Amino acid sequence: MAKTSATRSATPPGALSLEQAADSTLNIRLSGSWSLKGGLPSTADVERQIDSAARLSFDTRELAAWDSSLLAFLTRVIELGGRRQIAIDRAGLPPGIRKLLALAEAVPERKGAPKEEIDRAVLERIGNTTIETADATVKALAFLGELTVAFGKFFTMRARYRAWDLFLFIQECGAQALPVVTLISFLSGVILAFVGAVQLKLYGGQIYIADLVAIGMVREMGAMMTAVIMAGRTGAAFAAQLGTMKVTQEIDAFTAMGFPPMEFLVLPRVIALTAMMPLLCLYSDIVGIIGGATIGVGTLDISWTSYYLETRRSIDLSYISVGVIKSVVYGVLIAFFGCLRGMQCGSSSSAVGDATTSAVVSSIVASIVANGILAVIFYVLWI
Amino acid sequence: MAETTHGNGARPHISVRDLTMAYGGFVVMRDLNFTIDRGDVFVIMGGSGSGKSTLLRHLIGLEEPAQGEIFYGEENFTRADNAGRQAILRRVGVLFQSGALWSSMTLAENIGLLLEDYTDLSAEEIREVASLKLALVGLKGFEDYYPSEISGGMQKRAALARAMALDPEVLFFDEPSAGLDPVTARMLDELILELRDSLGATVVVVTHEVASILTIGNNSIFLDGDTNAIIARGHPKELLAHSTEPKVRAFLTRGQEHRV
Repeated sequence: MAKTSATRSATPPGALSLEQAADSTLNIRLSGSWSLKGGLPSTADVERQIDSAARLSFDTRELAAWDSSLLAFLTRVIELGGRRQIAIDRAGLPPGIRKLLALAEAVPERKGAPKEEIDRAVLERIGNTTIETADATVKALAFLGELTVAFGKFFTMRARYRAWDLFLFIQECGAQALPVVTLISFLSGVILAFVGAVQLKLYGGQIYIADLVAIGMVREMGAMMTAVIMAGRTGAAFAAQLGTMKVTQEIDAFTAMGFPPMEFLVLPRVIALTAMMPLLCLYSDIVGIIGGATIGVGTLDISWTSYYLETRRSIDLSYISVGVIKSVVYGVLIAFFGCLRGMQCGSSSSAVGDATTSAVVSSIVASIVANGILAVIFYVLWI
Repeated sequence: MAETTHGNGARPHISVRDLTMAYGGFVVMRDLNFTIDRGDVFVIMGGSGSGKSTLLRHLIGLEEPAQGEIFYGEENFTRADNAGRQAILRRVGVLFQSGALWSSMTLAENIGLLLEDYTDLSAEEIREVASLKLALVGLKGFEDYYPSEISGGMQKRAALARAMALDPEVLFFDEPSAGLDPVTARMLDELILELRDSLGATVVVVTHEVASILTIGNNSIFLDGDTNAIIARGHPKELLAHSTEPKVRAFLTRGQEHRV
């Protein structure tokens, strides 16, 4: 700030002394070098003596250097004086300080501008949360409705989107996800086989490893593992892309130029992921079974042929279709939550982070809940 | 500068009737009434946070009015269904404050998207028109650049080219010179006037740049955030010369007079 002297270290630190002058004036003598490094000086002494004074004046002849610390001190003193309606003579202050004080006082504090911490009662909080949850549910349903309309337009060939975008999203959700799906699915098969191997060996039923892995992968693990990967990979990407577009007003630009964002941005993403999920799921099933087979053949002395035959015997089309149906449902949910959170994103960079996190969490939770519901439905239908 | 008369009232292009804007329960502006005539360069001015940009967002349908209606010509924009709104918006171009170019598309694609969707031009023709629009804003040869690869000023100009893609009847500018150096800002002002003259478009500018308000505007309203109302309207130069409203004087003289 204004007067930082190069000889600060040589001058004595800031100090103040008070003297009562004859005409009940309290004179505050400031001396030395005032610096924020030394902390803010206390106004306790002034407070003690101010009541007996009718006027305040300043003497700064021995003041060597000052920064915001002096300004803060003076603001406090002026506030003290103002509360007691004591006249303050600023003539003794350096001109720089006087200007800064005038600047700080130029605009009065706006009423209601300082945010107050409101301590809410528990009931009020519960009420607010309930209202917010209801509100969010309504918004999600409105989004679902709009998406359904967009799908209707898609199937009647009236939707407006860029075919090239759709192609890119299919590539992103499909081919580009293969490496990570391969790795995770293979390991899922291996883990299933190891878990089963220990138990089945006790009974001499090693061959049933093939059944365990095949049924486990095809009915549950293939679809679920793919869903978890795609939620983290693609659902998060959708939320981040759309959230960023919201922040940079790109979504506003679409709307203002007459392109419905639902058809242009959301529809191709949802279609791409929903179409690719069953394919990824089937792929995951196969890779998982191969993973199980390597363990079965490698450590349990089962031949490739008998492992293959046992696998063939254990699963049929209905098992495979259960997994595929689940994967489609997961795909819809992941794309839905990814796009929903992205489109609802606020307009700050941290909001994009929140949207992404929320997209992943919501879609995984929703997938598992859907899995539970589907398990009941399939149980009622087929067993 | 073409000193066209304003307020002849013969053919209002945009009419705002009793518009009340609110954000989450608190009112930003109450009962706004004004008309924008065809061919005007209409300036919406006011201090920071007075609701200028919010008004613009209402005019292009990004926010729903709490009360009141907006008309384009005789068409009720506020009460129109989706298809009706899109038909109106097709004749409107918007330059957003940040440019808001679609970052996943090249400049040519940004401009071409509108043409692709609203015209029957072939791919080559679209590219040709896009190049032409870029040339108009001084960006010839930048067709295949992505928005992130060019400077802020260039993004602004490219966004202007996109706003003009369909030769709109109304062009909205949200703080066109924000973040531009004075020379570029001045060039943009001249470009806006040229476009108004050559396209015959109505131009609506939201800004607090006094220099450009006085250069380009021929009609205006002044929004006041404290009273939630319009406190002055008319030709900016006349306001500068004759307005008695202290806030308007302080604004237009850049704080030289009537400090508030």
